[in-house]
Amino acid sequence: MTGARALLQLEGLTKAYPGVVANSGIGFTIRAGEVHALLGENGAGKSTLVKMIYGLVRPDAGRMLLNGADYAPDRPATARKAGVGMVFQHFSLFDAMTVAENVALGMELPPPMRELAAQIRATSINYGLPLDPDRIVGDLSAGERQRVEIVRCLLQDPRLLIMDEPTSVLTPQEVDILFRTLRKLAAEGTAILYISHKLEEIRTICDHATILRRGKVVATCTPAERTARELAEMMVGTVLTPPARPAAPKGDIALEVNGLSAPSPIPFGTALKNIRLSVRAGEVLGIAGVAGNGQDELLLALNGELRCASDIVRINGKSIGHRGPRGRRHAGLVAAPEERLGHAAAPDMTLTENAVLSGAQRRKLVRRGFIDWRRARTFAEEIIREFDVRTPGTEVAARALSGGNLQKFVVGRELSQDPAVIVINQPTWGVDAAAAASIRQAILDRAAAGAAIIVISQDLDELLEIADSFAALNEGHLTEPRPVAGLTVEQIGLMMGGVHGMEAANGPA
Amino acid sequence: MVRLEKRANPSRLWSVATPVLAVVLTMIAGGILFAMLGKDPVAAIRTIFWDPLFNPQFAAYSRPQLLVKAGPLILIAIGLALGFRAGVWNIGAEGQYVVGALVGAATGLALYPMDSRLIFPLMVVAGGLGGLLWAMIPALLRTMFRTNEILVSLLLVYVAQSLLASMALGALRNPQGGGFPGSRNLSQWASSANPELVAGTGMHWGVVAAFISVIGAYVLLQRHMLGFSIRLAGQAPRAARFAGVSPTRLVIVCFGISGALAGLAGLFEVTGPAGQISLDFAQGYGFTAIIVAFLGRLNPVGILLAGLLMALTYIGGELAQFMLGLPAAAIQAFQGMLLFFLLAVDILTNYRIRWTKREAA
Repeated sequence: MTGARALLQLEGLTKAYPGVVANSGIGFTIRAGEVHALLGENGAGKSTLVKMIYGLVRPDAGRMLLNGADYAPDRPATARKAGVGMVFQHFSLFDAMTVAENVALGMELPPPMRELAAQIRATSINYGLPLDPDRIVGDLSAGERQRVEIVRCLLQDPRLLIMDEPTSVLTPQEVDILFRTLRKLAAEGTAILYISHKLEEIRTICDHATILRRGKVVATCTPAERTARELAEMMVGTVLTPPARPAAPKGDIALEVNGLSAPSPIPFGTALKNIRLSVRAGEVLGIAGVAGNGQDELLLALNGELRCASDIVRINGKSIGHRGPRGRRHAGLVAAPEERLGHAAAPDMTLTENAVLSGAQRRKLVRRGFIDWRRARTFAEEIIREFDVRTPGTEVAARALSGGNLQKFVVGRELSQDPAVIVINQPTWGVDAAAAASIRQAILDRAAAGAAIIVISQDLDELLEIADSFAALNEGHLTEPRPVAGLTVEQIGLMMGGVHGMEAANGPA
Repeated sequence: MVRLEKRANPSRLWSVATPVLAVVLTMIAGGILFAMLGKDPVAAIRTIFWDPLFNPQFAAYSRPQLLVKAGPLILIAIGLALGFRAGVWNIGAEGQYVVGALVGAATGLALYPMDSRLIFPLMVVAGGLGGLLWAMIPALLRTMFRTNEILVSLLLVYVAQSLLASMALGALRNPQGGGFPGSRNLSQWASSANPELVAGTGMHWGVVAAFISVIGAYVLLQRHMLGFSIRLAGQAPRAARFAGVSPTRLVIVCFGISGALAGLAGLFEVTGPAGQISLDFAQGYGFTAIIVAFLGRLNPVGILLAGLLMALTYIGGELAQFMLGLPAAAIQAFQGMLLFFLLAVDILTNYRIRWTKREAA
């Protein structure tokens, strides 16, 4: 692809927010027909850069050239008109409307519905992403929703397509299909700016990579010529050590779930259907699944926010299904939900107060109903020290911490309670590579110390790295847990439900 | 162009300064209002804020009135503030206040004319229970049937007022009152009287209870797990469920406390300053206490100060009506401004104002 004409040139782009320079003097070139990776840890400045290209944020300095002409979009509509489309990580779709209606909402001058439906059908089949325009979006899987977003962009005939973490909601089989689509687009001359953490994917699909660290371009390379390890080290700027796992004999069954079914308390959520699992002391059970297949509900049911009949959940043989979060903590179960701010932590409360939030029972921070604030502060300080939480002190509101630091605090708070059972949803979501490695290590250390652990994650590499056994959630069903050793990616993909909604294209799965 | 920017941490300075700023702004806007009515604004403001306390001519009467009026306001507002902090909206304290007074008075009157020092404490317990039980109606309806507690508690005020009228005319009417509506005078019956404890201060048992409630609420919120749960539920409901706070229990506890405190306020009022169950017993303390709770930023110490300030504007307002001929509506508008400005400047605690040049589009 090298030698193709330059499509988008960035020169000296700079954007500062109060207290932080998000981008400083960024310059690189995206050529027509290439898949260009934008790599960087959280907070490296990827999203700010992309927002400037898509017209959501205006740069303080620097300029952009699109096809050699000045390009300074003041809002996304201008960017779209100039031929720049974007697929966001979080979808902007209305659950209660049909696919075609959702697509029409994103257009300046939508054609009549019937015509639009025909266009959607044609475009989606042409690019190998079959989509029924009349279906209600609320009934679609995450992968199908992403297809709606992609097709919506493709209808505008973009010359540059920006994709932000597109595979985080896809099964491996769906990733293959997406990559086929991207290759076809590239072959037709569309440039793709591909943002991801997943280094193996970037090695597979991208022609070029630009690596950002602390708001600056630190390297460019051809990903296929580098190992994933080298790419990660370029991103982080240091040498990474993979987590060590001391082999430990597995103990007795610590957590047992027998036929748990529960309706979802979340609107458009997924009901849990007859979940069965057991985890031994010292074992890590990894639960994979595409987002929205019951992960949040499973965590709620395990940590006691959703209750059930007492015999359905047992900890060390004790029936605790009828107990709420406090009772389950007493029994030895701690949990870290996916959403840090608002669920795992109260945004406006200090770190000391947030330490009390879930640590009160097991760390004995409350005596006769009164909170021992000195002990609480000591506990918060301990978490900050042991988990390297970057904060000016304990008396800082949780919302003042960056996402990664708050995640370290929340995970650290649960792991520091000498638990018998740990349930964590997305332990390293939005956390930089170095912090992610230390969180994974801490989880493994807890397992070695005899805790039974469930890690729910959408990051397959993470699960394969730390889990002993593996199961997948698919529309509220949990597959039979299997040992990780010997599992292939294809098997995992099938456990996760294979390809959703592709019957039309591929025949019965 | 003015832009609001969220602060990373709530400003401590502004959380203290906003009530003061609100009072100053109220004085300015109120002064303008009084001037437009053709009154001397400086004299009017002085009559409201200064004369009741320091003018030798009026202070002897009005200074004790300060505590008499502030006592029930603070007592009720403390209970309401606990609920408001947790996101539990009891708007019906006025009704709980009335029912507390009725139940307490009825308990005492049932024993009339017995002579015992146990009667007053018994009436206090009955008054608190009466308010509590009345508050349980919206609380249980909310937890069992998900009704809106704001509407139910508010509408129950009107039920309570009708109950008051029927009691004053019926069951609790003084048999020796010559057919006039109203109960026996409880403040003149030694067993039930809630007298002024220190002459010339206005201090009675209700004021003592108010002070105790301030200290109790302060300790509860700062040190106790229940107070922590209350704050947590109000700030981050999902985090509260994660922590294991039961929303149902919290609704019942908050309604229970606020109902009981309102009932106590009613009981102390009916045995002291009011003296009897009468048609005009309900003076609106239960509603004004909502303003006091917010004026005090739902903080116990703040509520103490806000209760005193609110009482002062009542007494001073009456004085201004009497001395300067200000219309009652102007005084009410003045009190309304206070709440308005407080809520308006409150935003400075969590946001800062940025003056920016408008970017060329």
